[in-house]
Amino acid sequence: MIKFFLMVNKQGQTRLSRYYEHVEINKRTMLEAEIIKNCLSRSKDQCSFIEYKDFKLVYRQYAALFVVVGINETENEMAVYELIHNFVEVLDKYFSRVSELDVSFSVSEIHLSVSFWCTFQFMLSSWH
Amino acid sequence: MPAVSKGDGMRGLAVFISDIRNCKSKEAEIKRINKELANIRSKFKGDKALDGYSKKKYVCKLLFIFLLGHDIDFGHMEAVNLLSSNRYTEKQIGYLFISVLVNSNSELIRLINNAIKNDLASRNPTFMGLALHCIANVGSREMAEAFAGEIPKILVAGDTMDSVKQSAALCLLRLYRTSPDLVPMGDWTSRVVHLLNDQHLGVVTAATSLITTLAQKNPEEFKTSVSLAVSRLSRIVTSASTDLQDYTYYFVPAPWLSVKLLRLLQCYPPPEDPAVRGRLTECLETILNKAQEPPKSKKVQHSNAKNAVLFEAISLIIHHDSEPNLLVRACNQLGQFLQHRETNLRYLALESMCTLASSEFSHEAVKTHIETVINALKTERDVSVRQRAVDLLYAMCDRSNAQQIVAEMLNYLETADYSIREEIVLKVAILAEKYAVDYTWYVDTILNLIRIAGDYVSEEVWYRVIQIVINRDDVQGYAAKTVFEALQAPACHENLVKVGGYILGEFGNLIAGDPRSSPLIQFNLLHSKFHLCSVPTRALLLSTYIKFVNLFPEIKTTIQDVLRSDSQLKNADVELQQRAVEYLRLSTIASTDILATVLEEMPPFPERESSILAKLKKKKGPGTVTDLEEIKKERSSDMNGSAEPASVNASAVSTPSPSADLLGLGAAPLTNSAPPPSSSGSLLVDVFSDSASAVAPLAPGSDDNFASPDLASSEVVSEEPADTVHDADELFHKFVCKNNGVLFENQLLQIGLKSEFRQNLGRMFIFYGNKTSTQFLNFTPTVICSDDLQSSLNLQTKPVDPTVDGGAQVQQVVNIECVSDFMEAPILNIQFRYGGTFQNLSVKLPITLNKFFQPTEMSSQDFFQRWKQLSNPKQEVQNIFKAKHPMDAEITKAKIIGFGSALLEEVDPNPANFVGAGIIHTKTTQIGCLLRLEPNLQAQMYRLTLRTSKEAVSQRLCELLSEQF
Repeated sequence: MIKFFLMVNKQGQTRLSRYYEHVEINKRTMLEAEIIKNCLSRSKDQCSFIEYKDFKLVYRQYAALFVVVGINETENEMAVYELIHNFVEVLDKYFSRVSELDVSFSVSEIHLSVSFWCTFQFMLSSWH
Repeated sequence: MPAVSKGDGMRGLAVFISDIRNCKSKEAEIKRINKELANIRSKFKGDKALDGYSKKKYVCKLLFIFLLGHDIDFGHMEAVNLLSSNRYTEKQIGYLFISVLVNSNSELIRLINNAIKNDLASRNPTFMGLALHCIANVGSREMAEAFAGEIPKILVAGDTMDSVKQSAALCLLRLYRTSPDLVPMGDWTSRVVHLLNDQHLGVVTAATSLITTLAQKNPEEFKTSVSLAVSRLSRIVTSASTDLQDYTYYFVPAPWLSVKLLRLLQCYPPPEDPAVRGRLTECLETILNKAQEPPKSKKVQHSNAKNAVLFEAISLIIHHDSEPNLLVRACNQLGQFLQHRETNLRYLALESMCTLASSEFSHEAVKTHIETVINALKTERDVSVRQRAVDLLYAMCDRSNAQQIVAEMLNYLETADYSIREEIVLKVAILAEKYAVDYTWYVDTILNLIRIAGDYVSEEVWYRVIQIVINRDDVQGYAAKTVFEALQAPACHENLVKVGGYILGEFGNLIAGDPRSSPLIQFNLLHSKFHLCSVPTRALLLSTYIKFVNLFPEIKTTIQDVLRSDSQLKNADVELQQRAVEYLRLSTIASTDILATVLEEMPPFPERESSILAKLKKKKGPGTVTDLEEIKKERSSDMNGSAEPASVNASAVSTPSPSADLLGLGAAPLTNSAPPPSSSGSLLVDVFSDSASAVAPLAPGSDDNFASPDLASSEVVSEEPADTVHDADELFHKFVCKNNGVLFENQLLQIGLKSEFRQNLGRMFIFYGNKTSTQFLNFTPTVICSDDLQSSLNLQTKPVDPTVDGGAQVQQVVNIECVSDFMEAPILNIQFRYGGTFQNLSVKLPITLNKFFQPTEMSSQDFFQRWKQLSNPKQEVQNIFKAKHPMDAEITKAKIIGFGSALLEEVDPNPANFVGAGIIHTKTTQIGCLLRLEPNLQAQMYRLTLRTSKEAVSQRLCELLSEQF
């Protein structure tokens, strides 16, 4: 099961977060900071799965943006890993069509604030 | 998916966002945000009615501010307005706001539920979709109560649109996860299963997720899904790469759906129907075959998606564990991945192979990859991959390759990352013990462990080597010789001194014949380490010395001189001093016979499962230590590895634990009649009790000290279940600021709480969970109030069923009425019989005065006016105390709100302070309370001041709240 879905940039600012399991707001900030620290400390030749507390993180990096998904033991890591890419492709397509701005995929806040909705719709329909 | 409103459609929003982006500093950003918040507030409060567009724009801005991490406490009403609009763009933003910023205001919830109800009934698929997503997003109990009955109907109705069905399935899944009790099984279940046959793959995907979760809890009801899932899977894997159109991902047909179907099948054993079974085997073979075919695309996405399906198929093959052919093929496939250039694949292959190693069919096949895995350990650049390699080596180890694997692990240990050293140490220790044919090898291995990674050798490991040496007389001489030699090293780890001290104290005589290790040399060697060691080790060495007095009468005077020296007899440490005094006395007055009896060799330890294994499991969590044999033993080891409160130990010991004969030795007899009167007897207790200190605080000479280990394990049982209140104060305090959670847990029983309070009334649900597989009999929980408490607190409970089945949970409701203010907490006493033993425990029930708080908002002026009114010294209670937790303002705020009072912002002139106000409701009176908390970051202190109209209330609230920070 997917526990949460995060998009965090290299500076550690959360650009998007969805939790599918209750986590208190003040704990989220700490959790997110730790997660991004974990991701940043890894090099390219390390694998994309991190064991973290009692769950696993699957992450991918797109330029300065990390997409991180927290899953539990029963999830298929590779499927989630590729799901992230699928999701990013959808965003890419969606925004270049809608805003006509040349979105070279540096997902900026404006997109995210609007895409919040479609994210969730997408997440649900393809995986959750 | 309907088009989302265009971002550039709202210019004001875009400007605001780019303003924020252009802010040079955090302060500038906050300033800009505050300005915007003030603007929006005034717009919402203004007389002019806002049109839909403006409302939408401002709500979007609020949302954006929230996403930046600021709290938003208004705008809900406007959002609800938007949500009732008939325009899609407005409705959508309304729903988005409500979904993200859920508010528990009941009035609001009613309005929202109403709007949702309308949309669900609208038959407009877009609106229905929005409503379903909102329910799923919020997922609260209230939502579940309102809609859990409705959604299954939408899901299985014949005329529901595909997209709505999809949303309905996922919405139901979400509600089932959060409130399973509110989702009733019924006629719809059989119809849901048939959604697996649906034309629309999106619906199938959603339905598979739902069914998988439901089937885990209700396998019988969803049994028919197996054949449907198999035929669906078969159609997917045999389809051409373009057949499924939208659901083909880089030439892989519906990869995620395949993964889900394979996962659903893992809820069940292999299908019984031979036709279904044959078809499934065919599918799995096809998936394995495809892995060998040349890729249809060079893109990494193609191979990733293909491999995701492959790994899930292998999981299913391992889960079924019934087709040797498939298992071996899976193993070969993973073997190829072990050398793949993608780190991700190597990682996953190692992980899967670990579970494959525990199947009898594929164990041998896994073993053929040993060289590759060892190589991974040496060359892999990623610590998490190396960790997997260690796990796999551990899993594939058996008698044939144990020596090689242990040697490689020891090698690796020298350079291993600190984070995984302790685990490797445990694994090496377990393997060495389990597969030792020759115990000299075992002793060598453990001493090597201590030499290489002494700091990571936990007590369990060295306790265990001593247990084994004592139980096996063929290795004692060798052990004595080896530790003696190891101790010669100029610098040796303290753990080695401990092992050395203990073993020489018992078996030093076996090597004393050699002039190179004469008694005096042994003693001097040990004593040369004495001053560098910590207190527990020194205490152990003192015991060794007194044992030497018995073993080697010729050095008695040397030892007595040492014991008599000021540094011993006047040692500042009480334990050391007492040992020195008593041992000296013992050696002087006791006759040789008495000495020989008192200081006799340790009796064999009773055989039980290795405490190390228990420790490893505790570290990794159950189930991850993959060995069939071990899984079977898990129950018994849990008993061993307990580090829980005292009464827990008692109950654990009283449970007849099957003695696991790890070493293949006959069980050592327990001799109740002749307690071994050895001073080191106290150590034995430690070995089994997992206690932190290495030496039990028992001094020789005191009667206790002669208690034998068997007494320790049998007598405690009969005495310990006395009626002592369980000291779970910490847990009790946790409940002061929250209402739900686990109140108590030991190996038998878990007690969970859910409670709600309103004014002077409350209701508490207590959940008793039987964690064992055995019935509890005569289960009687009683809530006890002292006489004082009875007059101020009315508690009504219903009796519960006296038998609690294994694994079952029973619920008890306590209705609470607060008559007047009170100090103590009621006690919950629980008595029951478990496997022939009587269990009795008591915990404090967290019903505290602050639960009857109602928050009160007030302005700064009001607050200080009332503050002054309560200036009578009897009304104020103040406490200055040291911070027990990190001083985080956000956490503090949350705690004050959790405590029940309102948190008043911008009231105190010093923004670092926290002030709160509320009213305590009792049946007889209402008591107004003001509180002020002043943190002093520098000193890490707090000053808490409570002012209420009643002294006792101030006192009690102050006590309760002080414990929280």
